Amino acid sequence: MPKIKFAVIVFPGSNCDHDAYHTAKHVLGHDTEFVWHKESSLKGADVVILPGGFSYGDYLRTGAIAQFSPVMKAVSAFAASGGPVLGICNGFQVLCEARLLPGALIRNKDLKFHCEHVRVRVEQTDTPFTLRAAKGQVLRIPIAHGEGNYFADPQTLEELEASRRVVLRYCDNDGQVTDRSNPNGSINGIAGICNEERNIVGLMPHPERACEATLGSEDGLVFFASVVACLASHGALTA
Amino acid sequence: MSTVDAALLERHGLKADEYARIVAALGREPSLTELGIFSVMWSEHCSYKSSRVHLRTLPTQGPRVLQGPGENAGAVDIGDGLAAVFKIESHNHPSFIEPYQGAATGVGGIIRDIFTMGARPVALMNSLRFGPMDGEHGARTRRIVEGVVAGIAGYGNSIGIPTVGGEIVFDEPYAGNPLVNVFCLGLAGADALVMGRAEGVGNPVYYVGAKTGRDGIHGATMASAEFDDKSAEKRPAVQVGDPFMEKLLLEACLELMKGDALIGVQDMGAAGLACATSEMGARSGSGIEIDVMHVPQRETGMTAYEIMLSESQERMLLVVKKGREPEVEEIFEKWDLHAAHVGVVTNDGLLRVKDHGKVVAEIPNTALVDEAPVYTRPMARPSYLDDVQQLDVASLPQPPVQDAFFRLLAAPTIASKRWVYRQYDHMVRTNSIVLAGMGAAVVRVKGTARALAMSVDGNGRYCFLDPFRGAMLAVAEAARNVACAGAQPIGATNCLNFGNPERPEIMWQFREAVRGIGEACRALDVPITGGNVSLYNETDGKAIYPTPVLGIVGLIEDASCAISRAFRGANDNVLLLGETFDELGGSEYLKTVHGLVKGQPPQLDMAKERALIELLGRAASAKLLHSAHDCSDGGIAVTLAECTFDAAGIGCEVDVPPAAARLDATLFSESASRVVVSAAQDQTDALLRLAKEAGVPARVIGQTGGTRLKIAVAGQPAIDCDVREAENRWSSALESFFQRQAS
Repeated sequence: MPKIKFAVIVFPGSNCDHDAYHTAKHVLGHDTEFVWHKESSLKGADVVILPGGFSYGDYLRTGAIAQFSPVMKAVSAFAASGGPVLGICNGFQVLCEARLLPGALIRNKDLKFHCEHVRVRVEQTDTPFTLRAAKGQVLRIPIAHGEGNYFADPQTLEELEASRRVVLRYCDNDGQVTDRSNPNGSINGIAGICNEERNIVGLMPHPERACEATLGSEDGLVFFASVVACLASHGALTA
Repeated sequence: MSTVDAALLERHGLKADEYARIVAALGREPSLTELGIFSVMWSEHCSYKSSRVHLRTLPTQGPRVLQGPGENAGAVDIGDGLAAVFKIESHNHPSFIEPYQGAATGVGGIIRDIFTMGARPVALMNSLRFGPMDGEHGARTRRIVEGVVAGIAGYGNSIGIPTVGGEIVFDEPYAGNPLVNVFCLGLAGADALVMGRAEGVGNPVYYVGAKTGRDGIHGATMASAEFDDKSAEKRPAVQVGDPFMEKLLLEACLELMKGDALIGVQDMGAAGLACATSEMGARSGSGIEIDVMHVPQRETGMTAYEIMLSESQERMLLVVKKGREPEVEEIFEKWDLHAAHVGVVTNDGLLRVKDHGKVVAEIPNTALVDEAPVYTRPMARPSYLDDVQQLDVASLPQPPVQDAFFRLLAAPTIASKRWVYRQYDHMVRTNSIVLAGMGAAVVRVKGTARALAMSVDGNGRYCFLDPFRGAMLAVAEAARNVACAGAQPIGATNCLNFGNPERPEIMWQFREAVRGIGEACRALDVPITGGNVSLYNETDGKAIYPTPVLGIVGLIEDASCAISRAFRGANDNVLLLGETFDELGGSEYLKTVHGLVKGQPPQLDMAKERALIELLGRAASAKLLHSAHDCSDGGIAVTLAECTFDAAGIGCEVDVPPAAARLDATLFSESASRVVVSAAQDQTDALLRLAKEAGVPARVIGQTGGTRLKIAVAGQPAIDCDVREAENRWSSALESFFQRQAS
């Protein structure tokens, strides 16, 4: 297996940084480094993960302040050159605030935090993080958020759907997208999206929490396996 | 100063004889600042003046104990060079006055106690008591429940420490005085524990974290008084939590602790700067001199009195090596924190407080900490006991047992707590291998093969009926719960929630409960490594049930042996370990179905309990068990039902041995030292052999499989229902109270 280098960005208040690091480094055996938000270099990483947590306490809007961290310039440049970037939970929120992904994540419909395993359906497999999944595959992955209710204006939403940029949707055991299977009120059941170039993916569910059988699910592995396969076959996407 | 009069003393919660002791300790009259410092340090909350004589009787030693009571938290050796650092603490009074912030700051406080010891916090749990969800105070209770749960979630989720489990009980005596007990566990190098010490004359004293405001002044004194209808006016004494600030403090402190520049550290919790300075000094026999002008302040014009007594959250006091200041300051700067150099360690044993260079307080640290008053308060057996211990089961009508069973499943104390733990991030840090709601919480220890199981348990109703046996039962249940996860219990912490200790009946309950905890812990060889006492839990003269809560930590050598309460598949044998007796006293059944709180709590034989706990550990290590679930609230009927819940709808058909002529007494008896386990058919003989060697009664009572829950007693059908129907009643009950409220 080729050695891939993961960078896990650490904002003050990130708290799933250790989990993303553990999965990339210890479960999958790749070089992995924390990158402190005040740094301006990504240390030669091949993949960037913006982890979950409560950056800056999320006292303003989730992810609102983190977008101004020095490291985000490097992340934007990395993404602009085609590098694969995965934002998980708060990382997704940061990507939206930084306008690297469209739309916004607002308070859950019931105004409560939800931590539980949910089912999500893989909608698109032509992103670096889902190419090893099957279209329509149902994954069991935990969510843990109070503000995961995806919202976009009608025009943006239409563009997202038309350009096949909804990557994951909440669904039931049989893969049906229903109101009951939607834990937070997200529009169109959206659990994850990508940018136009498809190299930046934002997800509310936590794949890094579902990579070991002892944790109750290994369905999250496909996101890591995909990006490794992607880089192995193409070199860096920029190449 | 001659202006100290009775009114001033009363405002400080000090008695006249205590004031005389202060004057004697100082050899003069105290200044107002000194009086304030004495009042918080000698409050019940900080000094344990009523409880100390009894707490001394608890077993605190053991081969695994690395740190017993007296530091910020206790610690036990878990092998592989690691220590589990843990403690439980109450935040009852603040949570009644301001549920969200009261609970949130309780979480923040216990987390600080853990990382102060050099440990990374990896798990939180809580033990909560509220009034009934409906009836006269139902609306207020639901508001308190929502606030407390949201506060625990708001703090724990944000800081990124999973809330992995806990327990919640709803009962009338808590309607005006809820209990919020918070437990935290952290991991540290066994040889890298950090102590709250102020050693080395000339070493600088640093203040780090949030600025000091006027919030929480006299919080410790408030926690040492009863409530009345003026309690809402005490709201300014409740602090506001900032989990982001604490997250920065946590990471910065752990980074600093990796090096050797640090001498000692203590968080500023109850009694704030007064407590941190005097306790650190007293532990080392040294003095501390600070000038409050260097303390970062949030408000203008604060006096030395206010600065010393403020309980503003998220603040730490550190003593570091002289000459190492730049590297210390650099670490805190990295985390955008400012470390303020506020004072110095001295050799005179005094807490000397200056304000712009002028001495405003000068008190021997030992007078504040070690020489606080100790009372052996009068005790008297409460007169209510003779009446409530009488129970004539024969005179009770017997409703159809299946109806009673359904009512029990939907009783808030028994019903699923998913509505609660779904609001807690119980998976962050990816260590939770037995998830919330599935029995004792189990957290793996990364980098080793091991895992830790933990459980918090208490039964106030049992303790109301018999505090001695009730407390023993709490120890037994917590230990049995971690054993059901496959763990060996290795350490305990307790949170003792009682009424006003100045009443002899309350003090008697307290003494009896502590005696029970001591006896049970000695019998199980589980040392108490620390804890917390919360007294004055009364509103308008009505005390809560005496409620000792035990937090027990268990060690699983091989994490792959951990098990949960849920059946794993069809065609397994279902076994009952232990025996059911005809004892409905104090049961959830009597309370829920008959509205009675009467009788004696279940009998308890510690030798049998120990044998059962050891058997569970051996059987789990040998991978003979597919599931294990303790029989407690609701008896064997509810236990069997819970084994089928969250188990993909797998049912069971069992025939349980009769314990009494009445069906209800067999099905709902809460006899102690019982566990329902499931095992593969071909491993059942091995399990029965182990049980026989251990002297634990064990018998196969049926098999798993099908989609129905069928329970017979001596061949007579008693309960027969679809698992989905039972599970639906159980899982929707709690949430339905809030839906009714919303509609």
